[in-house]
Amino acid sequence: MELATFLIQLLNGVQYGLLLFLVSSGLTLVFGIMGIINIAHGSFYMIGAYLAWSLTGAIGNFWLAIPAGIVITVLIGMLLEWLVIRWLYNRDHLYQVLLTYGLILVFEELRSVLWGDDVRGVNIPQILAASIPLTENQSYPVYRLAISAVCLVVAVLMYWVIQRTRLGMMIRAGASNREMVQSLGINIHIVYRVVFAAGLTLAALAGMIAAPVSAVFPGMGNHVLIICFVVVVIGGMGSVKGALIASLLIGLVDTFGKVVTLEIGGVKLLPELSSMTVYVLMAAILLWRPEGLFGKRL
Amino acid sequence: MNDNNSKSGKGRETAVSRRGFLKAGAAVAGIAGLPAAFPGIARAQGAKMKIGLMLPYTGTFAPLGVAIENGFRLALQESGGKFGGREVEFLKVDDESEPSKATDNINRLVTRDKVDLVLGTVHSGVAAGMIRVTKESGVLHIIPNAGFGPAAGALCAPNIFRTSFSNWQSGYAMGVVLSKRPAVKNVVTIAWRYAAGEEFVKGFKDGYLKGGGKVAKELWLPFPNVEFQAQLTEIASIKPDAVFAFFAGGGAAKFLKDYAQAGLSKTIPLTGSGFLTEGVLDAVGGAAEGVETTLHYGDGLETPKNKAFRLAYAKTFKLQPDVYAVAGYDSGLMLESGMKVVKGDFTRKADLIKAMEAAKIDSPRGPMRLSKAHNPIHDHYLRKVVGNENRVSGIAIKALDDDPAMMSACKM
Repeated sequence: MELATFLIQLLNGVQYGLLLFLVSSGLTLVFGIMGIINIAHGSFYMIGAYLAWSLTGAIGNFWLAIPAGIVITVLIGMLLEWLVIRWLYNRDHLYQVLLTYGLILVFEELRSVLWGDDVRGVNIPQILAASIPLTENQSYPVYRLAISAVCLVVAVLMYWVIQRTRLGMMIRAGASNREMVQSLGINIHIVYRVVFAAGLTLAALAGMIAAPVSAVFPGMGNHVLIICFVVVVIGGMGSVKGALIASLLIGLVDTFGKVVTLEIGGVKLLPELSSMTVYVLMAAILLWRPEGLFGKRL
Repeated sequence: MNDNNSKSGKGRETAVSRRGFLKAGAAVAGIAGLPAAFPGIARAQGAKMKIGLMLPYTGTFAPLGVAIENGFRLALQESGGKFGGREVEFLKVDDESEPSKATDNINRLVTRDKVDLVLGTVHSGVAAGMIRVTKESGVLHIIPNAGFGPAAGALCAPNIFRTSFSNWQSGYAMGVVLSKRPAVKNVVTIAWRYAAGEEFVKGFKDGYLKGGGKVAKELWLPFPNVEFQAQLTEIASIKPDAVFAFFAGGGAAKFLKDYAQAGLSKTIPLTGSGFLTEGVLDAVGGAAEGVETTLHYGDGLETPKNKAFRLAYAKTFKLQPDVYAVAGYDSGLMLESGMKVVKGDFTRKADLIKAMEAAKIDSPRGPMRLSKAHNPIHDHYLRKVVGNENRVSGIAIKALDDDPAMMSACKM
């Protein structure tokens, strides 16, 4: 592989990894702090993309569509927590999986009723529509770089909120001892509602900003859901830092796994088996550290 | 067709009762059992032909299911609301494009409702499940979309017909087109690695390699992965003379956009099976401009038959027809030409099958007939994306038959 090609692949890997982080950080947040396994997380990636499409159409401006979409998903998240999720805190994980799986079906049907089953597209906003030429025949869209920047900003913001603010303190305290926090006069229900809504909003935000480079189509959330769980498992359940490292790792392994040729004893391992590389990585890390890279010791 | 409303109403009712199948099980079974108890009455002179529609009415493929049904109903309407003078009755099942439910769904039509013919379906996995039952029971079966090779190969049967295409065909046609271009010596293929993807790429290679060209690299993605960046960088570094791609639906839309945004469309022409650019051109907003594909149908086909079809379809359903509607329509034409020969007596199954086999269909796509394996033999067009149309720019290959490997696997 030439150096230029190698560097571009590196960029591809990091860029994919950062987007994965944005989607999966919400999942790990909700699980780590609330102990809720939310299978419907991917649905919000799809909902975000459809919101970006329909709001851009209605408002006529992508930059206004994003805050409007965020407000809508925060409201949906809070409503959902109040309606269904809060009954599950003391239940077994199996109940959570069943209920949130049901939510996937509900959201798919709602999407079909509200927005139909067609493939949609969102235009890249004019100001970011340019490309930077990298080699004689390949260029890199500026919008993809902008996505990476947004993901980095969100990562820093999350770190700051959780580690440096009063709300973050309540969240961390609530995660380690629910009863104690309540007895200190903090309304843990509100904290949980906020965290749940924030987790879903992160997924929806990822869907919204990915919509212009991706296409908007039914079932797009189910695909990211699986890889999100891989990120969370590798990074360690509930660790945001772990999710960041794991996302970057998966982005790079997936990218290079698809293009590097690897042959052992005449058997082509890569790229023929590239669909497995990410899962092989997961298995290897779990053998070494069953709790994930930054998870709490089991 | 003037009682069309009551019929489609009935169809809807049937579909609903199926949804609550478990609850209403006993009642439904009781009603369905009645005709069986009086076979003399059910099969009396003038009994309606029961046609089962097993198509996707929910999910991603729902618009395709509707287009196929509309096309079929249009053909029925044009032959006076009857096939061969025989009135028909529709029974509908939503297959949900769910292979695991295929056997149950087809059994409802074949075993419980005792239909005389089934029309279905879009998804190849579901169609494979249907064939297992229709092949066994011998009920007439017309496949109006699912393009997987074995349907007209190892799984073929006298009572099973396909009016749409085989996956191999549209790949092969593009291969032949590129093999005739001296400047194209080196091609990269990219597709999802699953049965259909492999059939499209095999077709392309069968057509292209004969001309002396070379496939520099075959790139594959696990289905339905849509992260293309790594492969696009790979294509840029190989610098082939052209790329052949197969993706469909949302994946195709994303691929077309990614390919254009990576700047590749300026230097490396993108080609593909026609499905790469079907139904996604509005969504990609210009990113597919100039992409060339091959298929048995396209926009701007100026034959009198196609013009009349498009006009009638638009008038009846207030929708523009597409390639899926054409297959539904042709299924109706094929049945009508068979039923005419047996004068509406669908119990003369052997004669009906023979007549359908021999039918020369004047399809909106152009002339079409069936191969020995019951797969369409039809012209494939070269199309170029202009605006939001797949504009026909010429004939890629005339009267194309199916993959010889599939045909020799068909024993009947």
